[in-house]
Amino acid sequence: MLYFSKLRITLISLVTLFFIYITFSNFQESENSFISKKINLGLDLQGGSYLLLEIDNNPVKLQKLQNTISIIRNYLKDKKIVFTDLRIKDEAIFFNISKPDNEIVKFFFLDKESEINPYYNLYKSHQFDLSVIENEFKLTISKYGLIEIKTSSQDQAIEIVRRRVDEVGTNEPNIIKRGNNRILVELPGLDDPMRIKSLLGKTANLTFRFVAQKNNDTFGVEMLPFEDGSNEVLVNKRIILNGENLLDAQPQMNNQTNETVVSFTLDRVGAKRFGKATRTGIGKQLAIVLDGKIVSAPVIRDAIVSGSGQISGNFTFQSATDLALLLRSGALPAPLNIIEERTVGPELGQDSINAGFFALSIGFLLVIIFMFFKYKVFGLIANITLLINLFLLIGILTIFEATLTLPGIAGIILTVGMAVDANVLIFERIKEESKKEKNNIIAFDTGYIKSKTAILDANITTLIAAIILFFMGSGPVKGFSVTLAVGIFTTLFSVYFIARMLTSLYVLKNKKKVDLI
Amino acid sequence: MINFNKFYKLFNILSLSLVIISILLLFFKGLNLGVDFKGGTLIELRANDKKINVTTLRYAFGNMTLGDINVKKFGNERDFLIKIEKKDTSAKALEIIKKNLTDSIGSSFNFRRVENVGPKVSSELLKSGIIAIVLSLAAMLFYIWIRFEWQFSLGAILALFHDVIITLGFFSLFNLEINLSIVAAVLTIVGYSMNDTVVIFDRVRENLIKFSDIKIFELTNISINETLSRTIITSVTTLLALISIYFFGGEILKGFSLAMIMGVVFGTYSSIYIANPILVKLRVSQKTILKEDTE
Repeated sequence: MLYFSKLRITLISLVTLFFIYITFSNFQESENSFISKKINLGLDLQGGSYLLLEIDNNPVKLQKLQNTISIIRNYLKDKKIVFTDLRIKDEAIFFNISKPDNEIVKFFFLDKESEINPYYNLYKSHQFDLSVIENEFKLTISKYGLIEIKTSSQDQAIEIVRRRVDEVGTNEPNIIKRGNNRILVELPGLDDPMRIKSLLGKTANLTFRFVAQKNNDTFGVEMLPFEDGSNEVLVNKRIILNGENLLDAQPQMNNQTNETVVSFTLDRVGAKRFGKATRTGIGKQLAIVLDGKIVSAPVIRDAIVSGSGQISGNFTFQSATDLALLLRSGALPAPLNIIEERTVGPELGQDSINAGFFALSIGFLLVIIFMFFKYKVFGLIANITLLINLFLLIGILTIFEATLTLPGIAGIILTVGMAVDANVLIFERIKEESKKEKNNIIAFDTGYIKSKTAILDANITTLIAAIILFFMGSGPVKGFSVTLAVGIFTTLFSVYFIARMLTSLYVLKNKKKVDLI
Repeated sequence: MINFNKFYKLFNILSLSLVIISILLLFFKGLNLGVDFKGGTLIELRANDKKINVTTLRYAFGNMTLGDINVKKFGNERDFLIKIEKKDTSAKALEIIKKNLTDSIGSSFNFRRVENVGPKVSSELLKSGIIAIVLSLAAMLFYIWIRFEWQFSLGAILALFHDVIITLGFFSLFNLEINLSIVAAVLTIVGYSMNDTVVIFDRVRENLIKFSDIKIFELTNISINETLSRTIITSVTTLLALISIYFFGGEILKGFSLAMIMGVVFGTYSSIYIANPILVKLRVSQKTILKEDTE
């Protein structure tokens, strides 16, 4: 038990030196060191913003129902089936069809090849659930239909969010999906997320529509407010153009009016449509509607066939820049709500790092002083082990490029306090054994063997707590569980290899000494 | 040798009353749930003007009609922590607060930290926090059930409940805030308390096999004494680490380290005065272990 071969001693020393090197590479600026890995600092340490966005899928669901209702209408008309009372109510589509046609219609909906009710092979389910009571048909979005809607709007939304954040140009943003209706945005180094928050808070649904003269247009009209809240105007529901037809948008200074405007370029289809609409609509007012509010409603003076134009609307340079950015990056499929925000300024982050490392040094110092006075030579061994343990811990966190948070630093300090436990268990056991056993080597061997179960138990219980915390905890707390868990493994390694090696070297040299410990 | 077993009864009564008081506190006074679990906004700000104090800030925030507001000093003279119950997460809300604050007090502020948690997220965090604690207790129960006989499991788990309940009761009594890091602390306490109990139990079991003629009442006392110096040394080093976090680790870690300090103190105490008396009560003997082994 006590004997360590030369090979083992060399191996252990090499591993230790390697981790010491890794640990110090964290503090080196040079790029060309052969390991360029570094511990990531969490947002709470480097400063930054954490935003959790939730997609409001209700408008998407409603849109889906509206699209489906027109598909059904066309389909039934096409097949010359008489239907009545086709409507949307309580997130469901209702309609009545009397016998004998209803059996045929049922088949349309429940067939796997159905054109109006797509079948997902993956889920073995249709997009809609159908229930028929006598002559009344009721279609509700099925469980899997809803999942399909959610994941597809999440996929679209994350793309748009990414574009908008990239356009603002923050360094290394982290944008990931959470569940099927949330998006997590981490913005390191950003101490005021105001601009990004307001950019993400807009759907940026742009439409060009005519201002209606009368109330009797075939497509219907709606009353829309101006952005500045000054007025309300009746606007046609028919959309001439929308944001999808935009190729580019840029803020610009209009030389004639000295006004900041947003100039845009349309794609081929959009240019054609815009040209046609402006030609026929000379003298009419064209409303530029963004998210249900009118930005401006200029009067059309000439036909615009060039496929480019300008939006004016009392912009400052900043607001014109933002609008252009939103238009370039495209519209969100659904509104996003910020449901959680955590922002830490860089100053507090640095303060936390300083406090954390100060506490670590003090804690470490207190523990090693205590251990030295308690165990003398063996205290020294325990302290060397503890220091190496610290290097191993930080080294492993570096290799895995783990994220270090403030609670994570607390976890390291706690590890320092608890890591000596294993050595203490062993030393105390050896003390007991050497009262009965005069042979030092046997006493040490027995001490190591008999303390093993207690040490394993002690560490496994802490590991269980750390693992649960890892899976249930979030953000900074997760960092705590990581350092705690890694700390357990490095503790076991350093106690059973390094401390044991050092004690064995010492004991073998002092075989005959009485009251060795 | 210290006769711990002489005081089993006395400390059992003390513990029982502390647990009952804690439960009553939790039941009637409840916990001071932070923004993480209740939702709302938390702002840590640093005033550039030394004349600013809690009263001026409280007055300024009071005028903004934001609902329930809590202003307190946070660490040094210039740092303040403001908690706002209103759950407005809109992009503009904070801008307005900043503007209003500068308008009414006139001094510039540095917003060091802002946390804004919506009601949906906070209830989810609360739920997952409770699940985490329950899960860890269950996992410990399972572990010790595999490792030891049921009498030991019962003792360890009761000690665990004792520690968690009293720590929470302490937080309730002094109205200390419960946030995510407190949950982390409670879980670590669970691990620590278990660890401490298991070390003594390990020795009890070893001694049960060794001495068939010593009664459990005496045997627990012998085992506690044999492991006592380890118990003390480990508690001391852990406490040294925690105390240095408490005093030097910054304001944010204060609650976490305080909960941990409580947990370590009670965890050490309960291993001796809760876990072991249970073994005595359940008349654990050599047979208990041997029977298990022959099965």
